[in-house]
Amino acid sequence: MAQVVSHNDHPTTTTGLDHRKMLMWAFLGSDCLFFGSLIATYLLYRGKSITGPYPHEVFNIPYTSISAFVLLMSSLTMVLALAAIQRGDQRGLKVWLLATALLGTIFLGGQYFEFTFFVEHNGLNLTNNLFGTTFFILTGFHGLHVTVGVIILLSFFVMAWRGRVSQTQHLNIELAGLYWHFVDIVWIVIFTVVYLVEAPNIIG
Amino acid sequence: MAVASGRKYSVLRRPTVATGWWGWFVTVDHKRIGILYGITSVLFFLLGGIEAITLRLQLSNPENALVSPDVFSQLFTMHALTMIFLAIMPLSVAFFNIVIPLQIGARDVAFPRLNALSYWVYLFGGLLLNAGWLVGRAPGSGWFAYSPLTSTAFDVAGGMDFYVLGLLMLGTSSMAGAFNFIVTIINMRAPGMTLMRMPVFTWMTLVTSFLLVTAMPVITVALIELGFDRFVGTNFFNPTMGGDPVLWQHLFWVFGHPEVYILILPAMGIVSEVLPTFSKKPLFGYPFIVLSGVFIGFMGWTVWSHHMFTVGLGPVANATFAVTTVLIAVPTGVKIFNWLGTLWRGSIEFNTAMLFALGFVILFIIGGLSGVTHAAVPADAQQQDTYYIVAHLHYVLFGGSIFGLFAGIYYWFPKVTGRLMNEKLGKLNFWLLFIGMNLTFAPMHWVGLDGMPRRIYTYDSAMGWDFWNLFSTVGSWVILLGVLVFLHNIMRSLRKGEVAGNDPWDGRTLEWSIPSPPPEYNFAEIPTVSERDAFWSEKYVENEDGIPIPIKKRPSSGGKDTNDIHMPGLSYFPFVTALGMAICFFGVLIHISVIVIGLVVMLFGIYGWAFEPADPEPESGSH
Amino acid sequence: MLHNLTKLRPVLLLLLVPVLLTTACFPSHPQSTFEAAGPVAEAQLKLFYIIFWAAVFVFVVVNGAFIYAFIKYRRRANEAHLPKQTHGHTVLEITWTIAPMIILAIITVPTITTIFYTAEPPPGKTLELKVIAHQWWWEFEYPDLGITTANELHVPVGMAIDVSLESKDVIHSFWIPKLAGKMDLVPGHINTMWFQADRAGEFYGLCAEFCGTAHAQMRFMVHAEKQSDFDAWVESIKATPGEMTGLAAKGKDLFVNKGFDGTLRGEKVTAQRCAFCHTVEGLPIRGAVGPVLTHVGGRETIGAGIIDNSAGNLKAWLTNPDKMKPGVGMPTLSIADDELDALVAYLEGLQ
Repeated sequence: MAQVVSHNDHPTTTTGLDHRKMLMWAFLGSDCLFFGSLIATYLLYRGKSITGPYPHEVFNIPYTSISAFVLLMSSLTMVLALAAIQRGDQRGLKVWLLATALLGTIFLGGQYFEFTFFVEHNGLNLTNNLFGTTFFILTGFHGLHVTVGVIILLSFFVMAWRGRVSQTQHLNIELAGLYWHFVDIVWIVIFTVVYLVEAPNIIG
Repeated sequence: MAVASGRKYSVLRRPTVATGWWGWFVTVDHKRIGILYGITSVLFFLLGGIEAITLRLQLSNPENALVSPDVFSQLFTMHALTMIFLAIMPLSVAFFNIVIPLQIGARDVAFPRLNALSYWVYLFGGLLLNAGWLVGRAPGSGWFAYSPLTSTAFDVAGGMDFYVLGLLMLGTSSMAGAFNFIVTIINMRAPGMTLMRMPVFTWMTLVTSFLLVTAMPVITVALIELGFDRFVGTNFFNPTMGGDPVLWQHLFWVFGHPEVYILILPAMGIVSEVLPTFSKKPLFGYPFIVLSGVFIGFMGWTVWSHHMFTVGLGPVANATFAVTTVLIAVPTGVKIFNWLGTLWRGSIEFNTAMLFALGFVILFIIGGLSGVTHAAVPADAQQQDTYYIVAHLHYVLFGGSIFGLFAGIYYWFPKVTGRLMNEKLGKLNFWLLFIGMNLTFAPMHWVGLDGMPRRIYTYDSAMGWDFWNLFSTVGSWVILLGVLVFLHNIMRSLRKGEVAGNDPWDGRTLEWSIPSPPPEYNFAEIPTVSERDAFWSEKYVENEDGIPIPIKKRPSSGGKDTNDIHMPGLSYFPFVTALGMAICFFGVLIHISVIVIGLVVMLFGIYGWAFEPADPEPESGSH
Repeated sequence: MLHNLTKLRPVLLLLLVPVLLTTACFPSHPQSTFEAAGPVAEAQLKLFYIIFWAAVFVFVVVNGAFIYAFIKYRRRANEAHLPKQTHGHTVLEITWTIAPMIILAIITVPTITTIFYTAEPPPGKTLELKVIAHQWWWEFEYPDLGITTANELHVPVGMAIDVSLESKDVIHSFWIPKLAGKMDLVPGHINTMWFQADRAGEFYGLCAEFCGTAHAQMRFMVHAEKQSDFDAWVESIKATPGEMTGLAAKGKDLFVNKGFDGTLRGEKVTAQRCAFCHTVEGLPIRGAVGPVLTHVGGRETIGAGIIDNSAGNLKAWLTNPDKMKPGVGMPTLSIADDELDALVAYLEGLQ
């Protein structure tokens, strides 16, 4: 996850950017292509299902909008957590880390209930048509990313709880934040191309 | 997440014993990891070679019955996968590991433990990919794995399970390695080494790494989709549910074409190091060689559909991709002409490394030119899926990549081991491979245009292909002989090779400024770079005619006290994490409980890694 | 130099031996792309030659320059000093960037015109053909003529054949080397291509995309014939097979009514009737799994172009098809000897 940088032997880098930060940016760039390929698959197969249930029959856009809003708010709390550690506010760090993890968990809970509803009420699953296949895999892999993020945040929370995150180590929190914001942005894209484009079909 | 103080768990203590076989499991030294990569990839290269020899034996005469059709398809599938993912790519990575930190004047890579993880995941991924042989069902739908032949309905034996899981692991390993080298090269250069002063091999490694981190996610998604189709029953590539087999082809080749450059660019980088050294001249047109390498990397993303000219994408798409494909010949030509410019008016020494580099150029030109003939879509309609393509790709990947990598082995072997390889055996090695590869692959141009399709296990004598097939088979034995001479040379030189000294070739780049083999810390003092050929410029000054005159006084680096150089500690967590991942992936084929065990081991590895103290315990007394 | 060449002459002649061998010992190259017999293959071959000669030119010039450099600039024992350190030359760089571009631009023009020429049949009368690929055989349907056959294609000489291609299972590729380059058959897609035979004769066709176990044995035969011969063939295919007598009549009864037991790919199968899988016009049952057999007796080959159609080969095929074509979808059935003879007589009678 993170590279140990020794205390008194901090190597200066060519660009001045920390190795780990560069790694995180490179990873996120690479992850863009991961989600890009999944989204491309979804878009290519949009409207190609030969049997139902179809997207407009199952989506509940107000419901998903709320969970999207929850995830967006978690980006705000993440920013507050980073700001807290940068000024050495341990209490703020703990509060906002926990808040971010909590909001992420609420989003995941929302996704869990949405999936269960689709399966049990709408009869949509991974195998019954192209929509089910592409929808669950795309949003599922996003959910997996959020889950990993929540685990990281909770790990940092536990560390902060034990007083193990010092002000000088704010880069750790910054990197977790980069990842978290990325996952949020990906959700905005997915929410748009998967849910919002169906809104006219649902209303009309 | 350095833990500077507080209670330490004994399990998190860093290992301190670096010697013996255990030392190889816990090493994070880029040079040792490079050696692990090198040995493993050569072993897999031999395995892929045995597969190739068997294929050639089956085809040596018509209606042969050496192997069954299903074994034949497993052999050609695994030959390709082994050579691409388990031999050429990791052998390139071996050079990245050994050479890059030395060329840029660094003491290690940016993330030593991540580097170790890459190796272990590669090893386990290679074993998983090959595990199919043990249960008699290796992947057999071709390395390109065109759906729906890969679905559970048509891949009845189930070999493609190993394909999906093995390649997912290997992709993870490649990406981890590529991230590491991107950060290392961008962020760990010695003072004064600007981008345009970097050795070309370092440049090509950087381009290759960018290609890897962008191409691998695409095949990862394709493999995940195929995996879900196979294990869960989703419909991504199921035509009866509206799934489109052509989507697989697009995803595969969007990855697959950059992959071709991932295979060739490192070899081009090696050649760009070897040619100047043994011509005693700097690389001609350095900025053009670098920029054409970068351009080739970019263009690699715009040509994938030239693998799909007969899929029926329509004339407009085909014409577009024909033009982009033809364009790639331009930067490739620029490189070749600049290599010629490097040799021109040089003082060319024909030792083995140089012979392989020159062999690379000659053979790669042939492969490149035949490549232009199938950039022309209508001509390709006759060539696609015939032995003409087999000939082309082997000129590029054997004559190109493999020859470049052999040049690298002969060039850097003395740096790694401290001993020179035997030149007599080396030249025998070169000529056997050079003649053998031409005997094997040149006739394939002809049989391909004579209508012989690829991937057939038998053919009719009436087709008129008998003679040249037998000829190719004989050629393949010449290659085998060449490889055996190579192995003998390695074994012999390790024990009896002439001692190399720091700088056996009068080299131009920084790796030749330090002892062979390099000490653990590489550079006692991090060098300061003021010119492109950083080490050469320390040894020579040019007079007014541009003739290099040796500087009498060699810069000394002996005085520095090396005791306080801080090197990253050993760690067994990369191995543990990779092991957990492997258990997880094998578990997919066994039982969900095995997956859970794997996850637990992996999580233990990751947390242990994250909370591992930076240094061994003080009481261990090593620091 | 000349002296050297004379010394080399035997070596050069030796190099020719394999070439002579191939041409002398194997006069026929039934799948050679160099023997184009129709406008599509000819256009493709012409384009290949243009690029081939351009490539030969580049090869000779560039590799010649390299070999010249190897000889001229090899290290000599008594070199006074190291070579001059040259770093580059901008004019040269521009030259060798632009020169290949010109050559490439020149070959791109015929490439693109040929792409569009080979994409659509020329205006005028065409014959429509629908090709449906199966693992591992070919179904040929002539929608205009209302006939369907398998593994052997008949086309009139001089007429453009407008082909549509589909697959029932995996991806295949339709290729008649002497008439036209290949086009894939992709499940869920309908591809198109065209070809034309300019002379009468038999042409070999094959599947070029790896499609599973018996890919090597998925071949077919093209009979290009005069319009009148073609018309006669169409009439013969349209006719329902006549009444069978004697042994053949017994064979017909077995074909329709007898359920055989046997094995398929290691699994036991029972009560398999020939007619469950194969169509013969005029029978009460129409199978659609295997090739249509209505006029199988008139075909030159069996097993999708893999072996001559003779009584002996038919018998061997019926006894154990998997031995002749490993992986084949037809089960190996236990058929008694007298039943075999009857079935062979019936199939041969289906002219």
